[in-house]
Amino acid sequence: MKILARLSEADGVAGDEQQVRKLIREFAEPHSDDMRVDALGNLMVTRSGDPDLPAVMIAAHMDEVGLMISHIQKNGLLKFYKVGGIDDRVLPSSVVRIGEDKVAGVIGAKPVHAQKPSEWKKVIPYDKMFIDIGAQSEDEAQKKVKPGDYAAFATEFGEMGDGRLKGKAFDDRAGCAMLLEILSADHSVPLQAVFTVQEEIGLRGSQVAAWDLKPDLALVFEGTTCADIPESEEHGYSTTMGEGPAISIMDRTSVAHRGIVSQLVKLAEENDVPFQFRRSTAGGNDAGPIHLTREGIPTATVSTPCRYIHSPVSVLKESDFENGVRLIELFLQSIERGFRP
Amino acid sequence: MNDRESSKLQEGKDFLSQICEAHGISGAEDELGDMVAWAFEPLVDEIRTDALRNVIMLRRGSADNGPSVMLAAHMDEIGLAVTKIEDEGFIRFTAVGGVDPRNLLAKEVLVLGRRTLPGIVGIKPPHLISPDERGKAIKREDMFIDVGLDADEVRKQVSVGDLIAFDRSAEDLAGDRITAKALDDRAGVAALYEAALRLQDLRHDADIYLVATVQEEVGLRGAMTSTYGIRPDMGIAVDVGLAEMPGVPEERSLKMGKGPGIGQGANIHPHLHEKLVSVAKQQRIPNQKEVIAHRSGTDAWAMQVTRSGVPTAVLSIPLRYMHTSVELVSWSDVRDTAALMAEFCGSVDREFVEGFYHENTG
Repeated sequence: MKILARLSEADGVAGDEQQVRKLIREFAEPHSDDMRVDALGNLMVTRSGDPDLPAVMIAAHMDEVGLMISHIQKNGLLKFYKVGGIDDRVLPSSVVRIGEDKVAGVIGAKPVHAQKPSEWKKVIPYDKMFIDIGAQSEDEAQKKVKPGDYAAFATEFGEMGDGRLKGKAFDDRAGCAMLLEILSADHSVPLQAVFTVQEEIGLRGSQVAAWDLKPDLALVFEGTTCADIPESEEHGYSTTMGEGPAISIMDRTSVAHRGIVSQLVKLAEENDVPFQFRRSTAGGNDAGPIHLTREGIPTATVSTPCRYIHSPVSVLKESDFENGVRLIELFLQSIERGFRP
Repeated sequence: MNDRESSKLQEGKDFLSQICEAHGISGAEDELGDMVAWAFEPLVDEIRTDALRNVIMLRRGSADNGPSVMLAAHMDEIGLAVTKIEDEGFIRFTAVGGVDPRNLLAKEVLVLGRRTLPGIVGIKPPHLISPDERGKAIKREDMFIDVGLDADEVRKQVSVGDLIAFDRSAEDLAGDRITAKALDDRAGVAALYEAALRLQDLRHDADIYLVATVQEEVGLRGAMTSTYGIRPDMGIAVDVGLAEMPGVPEERSLKMGKGPGIGQGANIHPHLHEKLVSVAKQQRIPNQKEVIAHRSGTDAWAMQVTRSGVPTAVLSIPLRYMHTSVELVSWSDVRDTAALMAEFCGSVDREFVEGFYHENTG
């Protein structure tokens, strides 16, 4: 999980993925026959394999949700925009890193001492918040940051509980780490591994990558919603932590290819790999644009359940991640043995 | 600045980071108290703790009949406490001290059980939030902490009543600003430490009691017993004060980087106020006025009415985002506060104490 640790601690808010891309290039290099970056910043890693077998695109997005500095105030405090879907309620008391120099800042809130108790009932909208980097004036702040700089949550990767990991941006660095695991495994299926950009702001990168690569089929790896928590009805869990990788049926942007889904289920059952279905149609992912590319591409999504995604800190269970990788490897082996969707 | 000064500066700042990263929620300050005592040990003549676990450190003065000054900073911090362990292993909690629950979501905490367990105050992802939940503040009673263990395992490690601390590293920001949890009032403890460093090179008649008090956040309790035990001739509470920020009215806040607020009001003896202002002026120590019309909300409120009464003063280090895990101070304010306390201690004698009890008609 050293790879996930480094991926999680790298910053790559949508539109600013180069730090993550650089890191992934380093990890992917030994397993690649060709590596290139396209106009949007997607990183495409090709592993040639047996040309008689169908070419499989495997994709995970590098970008994460975060913030962008919009304005420096006279008093040195910074206003910001949200990049991607962030619940305003997770922002107060967050620590962020801004720009290339990773300038530290905090999102402070008004102290209880200066509040009426009724204020607790109100959510503070993000446009009433600000980032404090300690600068005492506009001039001092301008020496460290500028409007347009991206800000990512500052969260250390770590272990917790029974075989769980915590860190930021598991959506979708967990998918990136799965993809790197599969790239390093031994099989002869031609792989087009794509680390996409700008998923969080409208599935932008995968659209052009799929057009370019013309794969025979595609698999998308995600760190997906997992709400098996109090105050959540069981039918709203989406996924349950520890019950294995989640296979998508349908979400806002695609209906998963039935042939691939049945094959994944069959392989999981035959090989005693725990799995679950993603029991929610909310959210969308790169499978959306990919499956609609050109005349259509058979596409499915396999995800690691991650609690608290789109917040400063997410949690996953290592066994879910490992079983996800195992399931994909079984799937690729079945292609070698003749499976076609 | 010469090397010696700059290494001293780093020493004080490092001490502040260390004590902020340690945990001492009201009522459980023991380990932190040991850390504080260990750091002050070379700078003082005597150290004792009382029944509530206040750490009382004495630096003796040079005069036989010198006055005694108590300098108090509270070392306890706000936090959370376990109220229930759910069957799925999630932990419900209450607050110790004043905590705005809106600062808790998706934040990391440490559950201080038999073993310290890292945890997260969880929240549903935005994708799964229903339209009627959106934009509604979540009540503390409806929040939970996820430690990633099943209920059996959690129950082995954690009991109802166990304390929960914010998990936050101290960090240097732009200029000389620092962010950390528990700067309220470890910044005050660090000011005491800096003052003790300065007193090494300063002649003082007065016996100086440097006190790291407990349980301030739950009702100024440590100040009550420690003041009773010390019977000081006068006392100064050094605490943090609301600093300017959007949403806090200018007239109710201190400026950052302009030195300590010197309190004025019923909780502050006029002679002490005057003395602090004149010492600051003489020594060119930056300072600002803080108007405290009624309760000061500091240890001075309890000190003042101990035994037959104690003349007290309040010094406030400007602090932003009070009672969150990202409190913020300027180091220069901590240092200026320390300088003022040290110089004040060097300037008071028996005669000054007698002055409290003679009506000054001049």
